Amino acid sequence: MATAERPPVDDWTTDYDIFHPTYCSDPGPIWADIRQRCPIAHSERWGGSYLPTRYDDVAEMARMVPALSSQEFIVVPPVPLIDPETGEVLRSRPYAPPISSDPPFHTEARRLLLQAFSPQAAATFEPYTRELAHRLIDEFADKGQCDAAVQFAQQIPPKVIAHLLGLDENMGDTFIEWVRGVLEIGATNPEVRVATGLKMLKFWGEEIARRRAEPNNDFISWLLEQELEGKPVDDIHVTSTCNLLLVAGIDTTWSSIGAAIWHLATHPDDRRRLVDEPALLPTAVEEFLRVYSPVTMGRLATEDVTVNGVTIPAGSRVLMNFPAANRDPEVFPDPDTVILDRTHNRHVAFGIGIHRCAGSNLARMEMQVALSVFLERIPEFHLDDSGPVTWAGGQVRGPRSLPLHFTAK
Amino acid sequence: MKVRVDPEKCQGHNRCYSLAPELFVVDDYGYAREAEDGIVPPELEEKAKLAQANCPEHAVIIED
Repeated sequence: MATAERPPVDDWTTDYDIFHPTYCSDPGPIWADIRQRCPIAHSERWGGSYLPTRYDDVAEMARMVPALSSQEFIVVPPVPLIDPETGEVLRSRPYAPPISSDPPFHTEARRLLLQAFSPQAAATFEPYTRELAHRLIDEFADKGQCDAAVQFAQQIPPKVIAHLLGLDENMGDTFIEWVRGVLEIGATNPEVRVATGLKMLKFWGEEIARRRAEPNNDFISWLLEQELEGKPVDDIHVTSTCNLLLVAGIDTTWSSIGAAIWHLATHPDDRRRLVDEPALLPTAVEEFLRVYSPVTMGRLATEDVTVNGVTIPAGSRVLMNFPAANRDPEVFPDPDTVILDRTHNRHVAFGIGIHRCAGSNLARMEMQVALSVFLERIPEFHLDDSGPVTWAGGQVRGPRSLPLHFTAK
Repeated sequence: MKVRVDPEKCQGHNRCYSLAPELFVVDDYGYAREAEDGIVPPELEEKAKLAQANCPEHAVIIED
């Protein structure tokens, strides 16, 4: 449904719309309003949900396991995946463990995955990421302008994931289409979501068969050799894990890289400071993650829960509003301002509790490398008025077009 | 000063390890613990405090 067909939001505390263009482009004032007046909002839009905005509420809710269950982690109601030929229900809801599961299964599935995403494991992909970032900039450095979202930020995570999965990096373009089909376009268009989901299942089925016949040293082959709950990992688990890598590891990180570049394009003092003091980059990356946290996760209340005086009935969808938690003035002084060397920063951009993003080490490495190479190659850049900056939001928030101009080299 | 990581609280954010690699180690799963006996040399006290102030799980504990 296009925005134009939807009724305007009257009161954000009772009628919020997480896909509203203003909520996507500048949600800070909306969260501040809800936090002050509510602080847990409710809306009937998009299947109905509850939206916390305070840091302490979000942190408390993240630990309400399994009362607030991860069996539904998307911010809109699930659509079953049905085989168009046989009518068989392939998946009743998105299945991508550990993100879509609760303990005890979650604990096992997470432990299996974490080994592949430790800081040490993420570091092995740094040389590839650095070389890729340079190659992407080579494409537009002599032109004096680029779309930093499309030509840079968006290109890095899908190619890193393709590399990790032992696939040609050109698969990155297909991954972008799939992720948008499932999460971005698919969030408000169930037909696109189902069609994309079916394509993904078919692709992974073929890749798994190929690895079973001829194992190599990539992630899929490694996963096929592992055990889960005392049994060899089955094809459904491998497929679901590959889906997880795409839905969790692509538009999330590209949104973070893009938002950081947008910030630097619109805040020249911060850009100059980061160019002059590259040692600030690790702290700056955490601050970009705080202010421009891309991800909101869904939970399903399996029983009535009461948080901060608000009772959320069983069966309700809850949106884990990590981005709003990170702008709570009770925890972060001057919360809407990026302070590159902010020293106290317990941000929850990667979540908190048992569902802490398993790929956070990889994402952090990609952000640091991408920003460091961009600033090294293009130390001065500005927004270009050749087109608008557009933002996607809802589950994952970040710039989708970001035209820049700079001195050609 | 001594620093330690509460293994019950650590969820592997690795904020401590990235801020103060001299004071923390991570296992194969990315969970952190204090390096060796956790004793913080005077020149690393600020780093230890930074690690504590950035742990989202409040898992980094400083004992004077």
